[in-house]
Amino acid sequence: MYGKKVKLRFTYLSLILVVLILSTYLVLKSLEENVVYFISPTDIKGLAEINYDKKYRVGGMVKKSSISMNSEQINFIITDYKNEISVKFNGVIPNLFSEDKGVVAEGFLKDRNFLEASKILAKHDENYMPPEVKKALEGN
Amino acid sequence: MINLIGNYSLIFALIISLGTMFFSFKNFKYNNILDFNLIVLVFLQFILIFCSFCTLLLAFINSDFSNLAVYNNSHTTKPLFYKISGSWGNHEGSLLLWLLVLSLFSLIFLIQSKKLSVSFRSLSIFFQQIIIVGFILFIFYTSNPFQLIIPTPNEGLGLNPILQDPALAIHPPILYLGYVGSSIIFSSSLAALVCKYTTNQWARDIKKWTLISWIFLTIGIMLGSIWAYYELGWGGFWFWDPVENVSLMPWFCLTALLHCSSVLEKRSSLQSWTIILALCTFMLSMSGTFLVRSGILNSIHTFANDPERGIFILIFLSCLILLSLIIYFKYNNFEKSNKSFFVSKETAIVINNWFMMYFLAVVLIGTIYPIFLEVITKEKISVGPPYFNQLIIPLLIPFLFIMSIGTKLDWIKNKEINVRYKKIVLLILSVLISYLIAKHLNTKILYSTVLISAALYLLFISILDLKNDKLKWSQKTSHLAFSILIISIILNSIFSEEQSVNLKAGEEKKLSKYTIRFEKISKSQIENYTSLKAEIWVSQNNNELIFYPELRLYKVPETITSEADIKTNLFNDNLVVVNYLKDTDYLNIRYQKKPFMLLIWISALMLAVGGILGLRKKY
Repeated sequence: MYGKKVKLRFTYLSLILVVLILSTYLVLKSLEENVVYFISPTDIKGLAEINYDKKYRVGGMVKKSSISMNSEQINFIITDYKNEISVKFNGVIPNLFSEDKGVVAEGFLKDRNFLEASKILAKHDENYMPPEVKKALEGN
Repeated sequence: MINLIGNYSLIFALIISLGTMFFSFKNFKYNNILDFNLIVLVFLQFILIFCSFCTLLLAFINSDFSNLAVYNNSHTTKPLFYKISGSWGNHEGSLLLWLLVLSLFSLIFLIQSKKLSVSFRSLSIFFQQIIIVGFILFIFYTSNPFQLIIPTPNEGLGLNPILQDPALAIHPPILYLGYVGSSIIFSSSLAALVCKYTTNQWARDIKKWTLISWIFLTIGIMLGSIWAYYELGWGGFWFWDPVENVSLMPWFCLTALLHCSSVLEKRSSLQSWTIILALCTFMLSMSGTFLVRSGILNSIHTFANDPERGIFILIFLSCLILLSLIIYFKYNNFEKSNKSFFVSKETAIVINNWFMMYFLAVVLIGTIYPIFLEVITKEKISVGPPYFNQLIIPLLIPFLFIMSIGTKLDWIKNKEINVRYKKIVLLILSVLISYLIAKHLNTKILYSTVLISAALYLLFISILDLKNDKLKWSQKTSHLAFSILIISIILNSIFSEEQSVNLKAGEEKKLSKYTIRFEKISKSQIENYTSLKAEIWVSQNNNELIFYPELRLYKVPETITSEADIKTNLFNDNLVVVNYLKDTDYLNIRYQKKPFMLLIWISALMLAVGGILGLRKKY
């Protein structure tokens, strides 16, 4: 019925379509699985449900004189001056990590008041403050 | 005074731009011999921008704090080398550098394209001038490096110490050479579309420029990642951070372009695909600058940023995209080549081009998805490395296999598919070796075996290809380098080890595999920082390694940086990074074992060398 060329083109197009749909599906699925949500301690209090198998990034300021250390771990408190959360961390802290400075901790939530961090990030810039904290401070 | 010179040179350069646009358009319309004015104007423009850049450089060297950019980013106690590199280490200066390279490349293009038709050359210059005008306006309105402060401060704020590093000092200029090189590809492909000059001769010209930007981009990315490796103390070389991704995307595009322009050169097919890639490359380079400089990226290493700048570049970028779309759809009437599938070199190249585009799409989505989500739902997210690893690594397997088969095939149609026993033996060998390597892993043995054998097979084939006289040395070198790079990256990620511990001076801790001892710490004053050198002993099975990692305390601005102590040999890197916390006696110590790091750097360099070999041939 159709010429050979049309058939070939049809196969070609449908092949491309299938590949496109398949890869879009894979990308979206992987995206959904690996997205890390960025939240503030106040957000955690407001979360309807905590997903304990998912990583979160909690951002805020390191609370004054809340850092304690022993040979295995570092404990400190992240605050956004409204709410706070305790963090336990085993690993290397970044250079700009210190009291009263902005920090982002990535890890799993154990409950609403406790985060077991696997990574700690601090901005390169010593004057950096997470936007949420800035907003919270300006609000006060 | 000196600021004024810089400022006015830029204004004159802008005026000249308009003149150049007028002349080049006239030249294009009345296709006679190339107007002498055009060369003079482009040359003059380059000199003016160069002048302007030199004044900025002088302001930095003399620590002229009446200049805002100098005040913000420099300090009298800074070593001369970093005063100089500070001039492009900040946003304003880096844009001026972009502009300088942009005008330099236009000049070079105009001079070395003598053999080509006048209308094509003048039209390319016309498009190039549009970009230059856009950038000069951008510099004036949002980031003028010659802004004054009154009264003049006595001392500057200093350059972020983390940027005071030789690798990072030359990283931006080299990366920019790569980015901006693609502007020539962009303008000349638009001009080629209009002039109907998308022939194999054009492919040959474009290939030279593609190679140049590719070489610089490769080296630029490598320098950035070397810096991240030893300066940031994260103990890795690639983090899928948005800022890194943004430089990787044009690299994918350029690599694809490099290969398909050789198809166009040899076979006069794939014209429209080549054009699309050429246009995309520059768009990606532009968006790279936009994303990094605007600060909308949620990255942990964005330095200077300001949202207003973002909007300007976004508008400029959309104008360029619109322009290229209009020209593309108005002028694209390529001869239809009959699309038939033969097993041939170009089929292999096209397939790998598609893989490249897939990798590009994955990285692009992973990088900009968080931005979109934040705009739409106000939710802040970040996309982690697992996303990229999950989507890219599995598809690396067919990609590597096709790459190892493709080089041997003939153009048009492969005459016979001769399967030599040698190749089969090699395949079996690589699978065997991979199995032996993967066996040590606890999980995913099959997956790792297949992945490693794909990489190993490519390595074997590339080594075998070295003797093949039909292939060019540039290709042989780059392909071999790429296979070594991939295999080192895979092995590195599989066999890396890491331990961290907090210790007081004189303490020792036994961990599962090693014993780490913090011997002592010593203090000394060096140039513009205080150095704290720790002595750390790491022992494993009676093997003792002594490390001297360092902490540098800077006064202006008040910052600490960690300098890792890395012991490198061909097969293994051992490194220790330390950090300390105020008001505690503990030192935060991390020991890492990173196999094949040196091979990664060497092969990345070799990749660039392959590109340089490709330039050597006289066209």
